[in-house]
Amino acid sequence: MYKAPDGTEIFVVDGHTHFWDGSPENQRNIHGKQFVDCFYAYHTALSPAEQLWPKEKFEKYTADDLYRDLFIEGPDDVAIVQSTYLKDFYKNGFNTIERNAEMAKLYPDRFIVNGSFDPRDGEKALEYIHFMKETYDVKGVKMYTAEWNGASRGWKLTDPQAYKCFELCEKLGIKNIHVHKGPTIIPLSKDAFDVHDVDYAATDFQNLNWIIEHCGLPRLDDFCWIAVQETNVYGGLAVAMPFIHSRPRYFAEVMAELLFWLGPDKLLFGSDYAIWKPRWLVEKFWAFDLPEDIARERGLELTPEIKEKILGLNAARLYDIDVASRKAALAASPFSVAAE
Amino acid sequence: MSTALSANNRRGELWARLTRVNDPELDEPVTDMGFVERAEVMQNGSVEVDFRLPTYWCSPSFAFLMLDGIRQALDGLSWAPAYTIRLHDHMFADEVNRGIAAGKPFSLIFDELSSDQDIDALRETFRVKAFKRRQEAVLLALRKQGLTDSEILGMDLSSFDAATVGGDEAEAMKSRYREALIERWPGRKGCEPAFVTWDNREIPPDAFGAYLAELRAVRINMEFNGALCRGLKATRYKEMDVVDGEPTLVDFMLDRVPPRNCTGRHVQR
Repeated sequence: MYKAPDGTEIFVVDGHTHFWDGSPENQRNIHGKQFVDCFYAYHTALSPAEQLWPKEKFEKYTADDLYRDLFIEGPDDVAIVQSTYLKDFYKNGFNTIERNAEMAKLYPDRFIVNGSFDPRDGEKALEYIHFMKETYDVKGVKMYTAEWNGASRGWKLTDPQAYKCFELCEKLGIKNIHVHKGPTIIPLSKDAFDVHDVDYAATDFQNLNWIIEHCGLPRLDDFCWIAVQETNVYGGLAVAMPFIHSRPRYFAEVMAELLFWLGPDKLLFGSDYAIWKPRWLVEKFWAFDLPEDIARERGLELTPEIKEKILGLNAARLYDIDVASRKAALAASPFSVAAE
Repeated sequence: MSTALSANNRRGELWARLTRVNDPELDEPVTDMGFVERAEVMQNGSVEVDFRLPTYWCSPSFAFLMLDGIRQALDGLSWAPAYTIRLHDHMFADEVNRGIAAGKPFSLIFDELSSDQDIDALRETFRVKAFKRRQEAVLLALRKQGLTDSEILGMDLSSFDAATVGGDEAEAMKSRYREALIERWPGRKGCEPAFVTWDNREIPPDAFGAYLAELRAVRINMEFNGALCRGLKATRYKEMDVVDGEPTLVDFMLDRVPPRNCTGRHVQR
């Protein structure tokens, strides 16, 4: 719960968090080392100095660290923990559903654990989707289209095998498809983070929600064009958020584009923990106003009501979280008392 | 004396050429971005260039375009030296360096790594983006100077050349825009419009707002990459700033302060 300076209590759903193991013991090869190094560079490049972690802790942190940073020191009420396997880079995977679910069991009611699958696995992928639904009752999945798999270094949402998987997701009620579309890394021959495949997938699967993590940045223009015509496309703000600290005016321009094109009901807060901790992001976001010239040019306002939607209500809607009853349950929890 | 002088001249010429190589995605010189780790004229006149990108995962096609730009820059050196270009710490560094060492043309190296991407189309995409970004910067600068939209859009190339845009940065962008304009339409005359769309259409004043919005979207994307790349490169290569002369946590983490001075503070955290 985030308590605004005026005392208002804001329900926070952190749409994009991780419980990863990027430690040297788990790294399969140089790619695994470089992957977590790159995350660490994001962490150091865009965090306030007092928020920096030592490398060793960043590579592998405990469930207690995560719980404290999100829910006790941090303002999250519910966190969606995403799974990203990267089995070609990490012996036990980077951030698997097993590890996430094991951790989430310790803290019931706090986490929504999302799964992941790789359509390139063919029939096995379909079996795995069934497995995730039966074992973990997943409501959503994280798609990492630039993930390596043997000789393949990326895939598209529009691949025929991917469509088979999405058909199954729809059938089983796995309705929230988080797709990583972020800064350009990895694939050589085609840019696996290009956002155009979202256009087709979102049109063809109207019953699924397509949450585009990192808003397609740096392909924000492409993303906005797609999102504005697809009612089921949402923007996840992870990675865009921390610019609020290092480049606030730039952050304002990105927010203005998103609010102008997508509107306030289709944006989801995400800290991308452990790259960034939610507390300073939420505090700065709550205190943030669009500069007057940008607001005027776009005819926009970033009101407290809009911020409240972005920080939690939009995600609550997608994940069928009953905010009132969840608030009541959390108020009775000893952990939130300890945080006061 | 004259040898030293000529070595200096050669060094100057080398860097002058390298500063004209742009990161295609950011439209900023690779030298400004700090990607050229080392560029040296050896005793025998040969040239060595070491190149490093902000992340191991930087798009290899972009890396390719920059290395190709460097190759062209070195091909243009007045003393026609032998040269080596090395890419470091990149997922495809080995393949690329082997290819360069074997004297393969870049297009061949690229084709071997990627069979289905049209590098010329990619180049064209970036050319369009650079044109738009530079144009927006100049348009906004002219507005800031107090010119009306009609005055700005009505400028021909001669009056554009005569205009002042205020500030070194804006002036630099003005000349970069001019370059992009002339590259797009070589032989453009002084009496022709200074501001047109990439498709050579004139921009009517009543559509100016919408057009600027389109340009702004291009800039926002490019700035995202620029800000990210600079930050990533700085942290990857530990070019940390010292805040107010005091060591920061990063300094402690990197053992840049004597342990006895930092133990107390470190533990207190």
